[in-house]
Amino acid sequence: MSRYYVNKFLYQVDGDPELLAAYKAEPEALVERWERDYGSRLGTNHTIERTTWLGFTPEERRALVEHDYVTLFEQGAHFFLCLTIFIAIYDDDYVARSGPLSFQREYAQKLAHWLGRDYPTVAL
Amino acid sequence: MARLSAVLATTHHPFYLKATQLTPPEERMPQAAEWQQKVESYRETLTAADPDILVMVGADHFHQFFSDNYPTFLIGKQPRYDATFYNEEREFGIPPYLLEGHEDLSGYMLQGLLDRGFDFSVSHELKIDHSIICPIITTRPDADLPIVPIYTNIFAPPLPSPKRFWDLGRAIRSIIDEYPSDARIAAVGSGHLSLELGGPRQFGETGPDPVFDRKAIDWLASGDIDAILENVTHESMAGAGNATHGFMDLILMMGIAGPIEASYVDELDLFHTREMYMTWYPEGDPR
Repeated sequence: MSRYYVNKFLYQVDGDPELLAAYKAEPEALVERWERDYGSRLGTNHTIERTTWLGFTPEERRALVEHDYVTLFEQGAHFFLCLTIFIAIYDDDYVARSGPLSFQREYAQKLAHWLGRDYPTVAL
Repeated sequence: MARLSAVLATTHHPFYLKATQLTPPEERMPQAAEWQQKVESYRETLTAADPDILVMVGADHFHQFFSDNYPTFLIGKQPRYDATFYNEEREFGIPPYLLEGHEDLSGYMLQGLLDRGFDFSVSHELKIDHSIICPIITTRPDADLPIVPIYTNIFAPPLPSPKRFWDLGRAIRSIIDEYPSDARIAAVGSGHLSLELGGPRQFGETGPDPVFDRKAIDWLASGDIDAILENVTHESMAGAGNATHGFMDLILMMGIAGPIEASYVDELDLFHTREMYMTWYPEGDPR
């Protein structure tokens, strides 16, 4: 598990409207593109310096491709990054279909098996 | 010496502007008018203090800073600060701002903190996020005063202890008290009561832990730091909601005020959070 790398993906994609639109429309292609380029940029803004050793596990890659926020939560991805990016992707469609906060409440419901338990840590 | 004219500790709800002003009246939530009224009443506690400079306390929510280099404590030292990130404008409807900075007090504060054992990071290209812009919108919407921004890590664990936040508040207070200036300084900080984001208790009918919220407000309002340090740990905050650690910035603000009773305490139970509006006047109530 590379919580850091998953968070880096969420951070960079959420902060860039072009990447975000691509992650909504074609998540698999965007995850591949991100790994080829953005993921290896040192920190979050370098274009010359690279990090050579970071990567996703197959399960992390699958969860990101499938917008699987339950798995991301369970693997310790940062709750704020996860919530923010999936609100950006889903909230408008849910509001139009089912009203305000319907996405956020479904998100909570899908994590209901964690009620009363210690959540997976987001510490790095 | 400078005068500490007020200390404000408030929750920051990023949807305040959208809910009360940017949404057409017929589409507003039922509590919008009450919410706006409470915020405007709270604003008067800062206006009455007639400040010249604002020391602002908040936390970057992975906007400028990320885990490749996330500062535990950071101060900005700049003539101006841009504010509001693309994804905050997108989600919350918060507009961009350009705030004046107060470089002299930033520099004096930084040196004073280093001298007191708080080895701060410093930024000369800091962009402000909603933890500071929300209280600007609620307490000083004209955004017409120079700021000294201080960021803490309540967000990317491991985090400093609650006691460290209290001690940092006390240190900031002593630096303000010694600042060689006639300026009137107000300290305005934002954080949270119990809060859940991205977890099973998010966006409920109330905040995730109304019992914690009640105790937390009472502790702050009475200046009871002993009860806070006895009861509030990283674990107890996590038990109240996974994003409750923002409460430590409210402890910091009480540290600036000192262990005294607040002069103004108000609250509002909103969908998924309890909002809190608190002001201390350590040098006397100007109202």
